[in-house]
Amino acid sequence: MTAAVFFGCAFIAFGPAFSLFIFTIAKDPLRVIILIAGAFFWLVSLLLSSLVWFIAMKATNAQDLNLQKGLLIFGCMFSVILQEVFRFGYYRLLRKANEGLAAISEEESSPISVREMAYVAGLGFGIMSGAFSMINTLSDSLGPGTVGMFGDSQYYFITSALMTLALTLLHTFWGVVFFDGCERKRWWVIVAVLCLHLVVSGLSLLNPLYVGSVPPVYVIMLLMAVWAFFSSGGSLHNLSLLWTCRKSNAETSS
Amino acid sequence: MKDNCICVLMVCCVCNTPLHGLDFFVFLCFSDVNSNSVAQKIYVEVNNTVPCVRLLNATHQIGCQSSISGDTGVIHVLESEADLEWPLTKGPNPPYMILLESHLFTRSIMMKIKKESSRIAGVTVVVPNTSPSEFSPHTTCPNENTGVYSDTYGPHLAHCNTTVWNPLGNGLSYEEFDFPVFSLKEDKQCYYDHNRVVNGSAPQYPLCAMQLFSHMFAVTDTATCMRRNDVINFSINPEMVCDPLGDFNVWGSIRPYNRSQLGHRDNESVVMAAARLDSRAFFWDVSTGAEGSISGFVTLLAAAHALRDVTQVAPPTHNILFAFFQGEAFDYIGSSRMVYDMQNGKFVIDLDNVHSLLEIGQVKRLVDNFQSSATGANFSLVEPGVSQPLPPSSLQRFLRAQNIPGIVLADHRAAFNNKYYESYYDNADNLNLRYPPNMTAEEQLEFLTDTAMALTEVATVVARALYKQAGGDGTQVDNIKADSKTVTQMLFGFLVQANNSWFQALIPPELKDMLSDPPDFYVGVASSSPAKAKPLTRLVQFLLANLTGTATNLTQDQCQKPDDLPDESVQMYSYLWVQGTVPHNGTEKGPFCVRASVRLSQALSPAFDLGEYASRNYSTWTESRWKFIKARIFLVASRDLEMLTLGVGVAVLFSSLLVTYFISTKADVLFSSAREPASAAY
Repeated sequence: MTAAVFFGCAFIAFGPAFSLFIFTIAKDPLRVIILIAGAFFWLVSLLLSSLVWFIAMKATNAQDLNLQKGLLIFGCMFSVILQEVFRFGYYRLLRKANEGLAAISEEESSPISVREMAYVAGLGFGIMSGAFSMINTLSDSLGPGTVGMFGDSQYYFITSALMTLALTLLHTFWGVVFFDGCERKRWWVIVAVLCLHLVVSGLSLLNPLYVGSVPPVYVIMLLMAVWAFFSSGGSLHNLSLLWTCRKSNAETSS
Repeated sequence: MKDNCICVLMVCCVCNTPLHGLDFFVFLCFSDVNSNSVAQKIYVEVNNTVPCVRLLNATHQIGCQSSISGDTGVIHVLESEADLEWPLTKGPNPPYMILLESHLFTRSIMMKIKKESSRIAGVTVVVPNTSPSEFSPHTTCPNENTGVYSDTYGPHLAHCNTTVWNPLGNGLSYEEFDFPVFSLKEDKQCYYDHNRVVNGSAPQYPLCAMQLFSHMFAVTDTATCMRRNDVINFSINPEMVCDPLGDFNVWGSIRPYNRSQLGHRDNESVVMAAARLDSRAFFWDVSTGAEGSISGFVTLLAAAHALRDVTQVAPPTHNILFAFFQGEAFDYIGSSRMVYDMQNGKFVIDLDNVHSLLEIGQVKRLVDNFQSSATGANFSLVEPGVSQPLPPSSLQRFLRAQNIPGIVLADHRAAFNNKYYESYYDNADNLNLRYPPNMTAEEQLEFLTDTAMALTEVATVVARALYKQAGGDGTQVDNIKADSKTVTQMLFGFLVQANNSWFQALIPPELKDMLSDPPDFYVGVASSSPAKAKPLTRLVQFLLANLTGTATNLTQDQCQKPDDLPDESVQMYSYLWVQGTVPHNGTEKGPFCVRASVRLSQALSPAFDLGEYASRNYSTWTESRWKFIKARIFLVASRDLEMLTLGVGVAVLFSSLLVTYFISTKADVLFSSAREPASAAY
C-alpha cells in the first residue's frame, strides 16, 4: 500500500526472527553456519518439491481446473513431506558433524549441543520459509494500491505477515521437538510434527479465507511453543525459579 | 520480473503467489494457474490510454504533466459542474481523480480544476460515442503570430481584430495543466462499487483510485529544452529532452524539375496549388481533421489527377506545382520551410518563379444539398471584400516573403463553418460520410457518397481554374473532369479504413504495415530521412505519384537504379515500385514501377536550422519526450489502517527484542535440565 504498510508488515513478519538472530545466533559463528546450512536444506527441499509439481503441471492439461487444483494440493502435501525428510536428513548430518566437532575441539565435548543445533536448524528453516512467503508480497505492498479489487480481503498484507511470523516460529519449535524426538528415538514425535505441519499448510488451502486461517495457526503455535519449551529442558520449576530469582534480586537490590 | 525478486530457483517461481502458510508458491485461483501474482490482485492496467502531452514553443509550454512517480487520486465521477464542489473543497479524501463525461469537458470546468489543483491528482475524459454539438479546443485566432498580418502590416486585420476565425474555440489545447489529463474508455464499475457519495456522507474505505503516469521531460520553453539537448554530449546519461515537430512536405509538378538544379530558374513561371495535410487535437495523436484538412488535400489530389491527361495532350504554358504542407497547425511549419528554402536557393524554384498560388482550405460545405442528377458546378464562387483578411493559410507565409497573387478557396466567408476545428470530433461524421448499412468494407470503398460527389465538383472547378491560370488551351477545359470514384476511395481510405485494397495497390508491398487504423494526422516529431516520414505523408506521396505519374515497364531492379537506362533519370523523376492491383477475375497485374515527378521536401521549421529557438518569425514548436505513459486502477486503504499496520509492526519488533533478550539472558535458568541424552549410535 505504502511505505507504512511495507515497514509494518516487514517488522511483523521478520521482527522475532531478527531479534532471535541478533541475540542468540549472531555472536557464535558456528551457530551462524548451522543456520545458513539449515536454510539451504529447506531451499533444496523446496526446489525438489516444486520441480515435481511443475513437471506434473506441465505434463497435464492446463485448462482442467479441478485437476490443477488437485495437483496443487498434492504438491503442497508432497512439499511438506519432503521438508520433513530434509529436516531428518539435516539431523543426521548434524549428528555426524557433532562427532567431528567434538574430535577437533580442545575440550572433551563438542562446543555445541544437539539442543542448540536443533533450535538453530529450526530457525534456519523458519527464516528461509518466511522469506519465501513474504518478500514477494512485501515488494507489492510498496505501491499505492491495496488488495481488494477482485473481492479479496483488504487485510491481505497484515494476515500474510502474521502467518509468516507464525510459520517462522513454528519451524523453530518443530526443529527443537523433531531433533529431540530423533535423539530419544520417539518416532511418534516425528509423525506428530509431520501431521501438524500438514495441518498448518492445509489451512492455507482454505484461502481466500485470509483472516480466518490465522487464529488456528496461532493456537497451534502456542501449543508447539509449550511443547518445545518442555522438550528442550524447561519445566515449571524453572519458571518459578525465574520468578523467585527476580523477586529475590529485587529484594536484595532494594 | 518484479514479483520474483528472491527467486534464485526459477522452477518454483514460475508459479507464484504466496499462500501464506503454504510452503511453496502456487496461487490457488480459479482462472489460471500460471503467471499470477499479488500485483495482479491489486492493479488493473488500463489499456488504450490517450494522454495529453507537453508541447513547447519560444515562449510557453502547453499541455499536461504528471509527477515522475505518477499521480494517484480517488476517483470521482463528475455529474455536473456544481458537483465540482465535492472534489475541490468538500470531499474528505483528497487528492481526487476526476472522471469527466465528454460533454463536461469544457473550459470553465477545466479552469476551475486548474485553480484548485492541489486537491486534484488528474482528470480523465471518457471517450465519447457521439459528438457534442460543437467543440473546438483550438484558439479563436489560429496561428495569429506567424501569418502575414502583424503590427506592422495590416494591424487592423492582425490578431483577428476584424474577423474571428474560430469563434467556438475555447483554447484548451493551448493551456498548461500541471496534472495529467487522459482520455480513456468508460470504466465506472469500480467507482459505483466503492466511491459513491450517499446523502452527502463520505464513502468508506477502501476507495477506488487511479494512478496516471505521463511525466514529461521538457520544461519552460523550446530554448531551454534545446539547450538541455545539447548538454547530452557531456552527461553520463544522455537523454534527449524534446524534439522539434515536423515531417516532410509532398510536392509534385506537371513537368518535372531536375532536382540537382536549385534556386532561380530563368524564364520559369509556376502556378502553385497548395493544401495542408495535418491537424491536431487536445489529446496526443488522435486527430483526424476531416473538414479541416482532409477535405482540402483530397480535393487537390483529385484535381491533380484530373489534370494528368489534359496536360499530356495540351500542355499549358506555365508549369503547375502541387504542394501538400505538413505541420501547418503549428505555425506553418511546412510552408514556412518551403518559403525559406525558396528564398535561400535550396528548392528547385524560388519565389520569383512563382506566378500565383491557389490554396484549398476547408471546402466541405462548398456544395450543400448536392443533387446527384445535376450537371455542372452547383456552387458559385464569391469573393469577399478587401476589408476581409485572409484566413489562416499557407498562402500567408508566401505573402510574408513576397507579393504573390493568390487565392484561398474556402467554404466560409468570415468565421469557420467547422464546428470541431482541430478537435477529436472532426471525423467522418463531421463530413457526413454515410454509407448504406450492411456493406462490406470493399463495397463501402467503391460506394459513391454524397460528400465524395460534392468534393469531386470542387476538384473539377479547381483543376479547370489551375489549367486556365497556367495558360492552357481554352478548348480543352471542358475535358477536365475529376474522377468521383477516386475521391470516394480516398475519403474512405483516410476516414474509415486505411487498410483497403486500393491503398494497398498504391504502395510498395513491404510498406503494408503502414496502413494501420485509424490513420493519424498529427504532425509528430521530425525525422531526418524521408524513409521515416509519417505514414500519412508517404501515403499522400504514393497517391500523388500514382495519380499524376505514369506506369512503366521497368523491372524492380531497374526501378531502383533507373540511371542505367538511357531514357530515365533519377534527377528528373522519382521511381516507385508499387504493389499494383490484383483484380478479382484473376488476371494478375502485379507490381510495377511508377515514374512520377513527386518528391518529399523536409518540413522542419527554419528556426531549428538557424538555431533561433526563440524566434518570432518561424515556428518553434517542440514536443517533450517521456519514458512511459500508462494508467492503472486499484483500491486504496485508509490512512488509519496503514498506520495501524506500522504500529503493530513496531510493537511486534520491540516486544520480540525485549522478550528475546530476556530469555537469552535467563537461558541457563530456564533450560537448566539440559542434559545431553546418551549419545545414540546414529
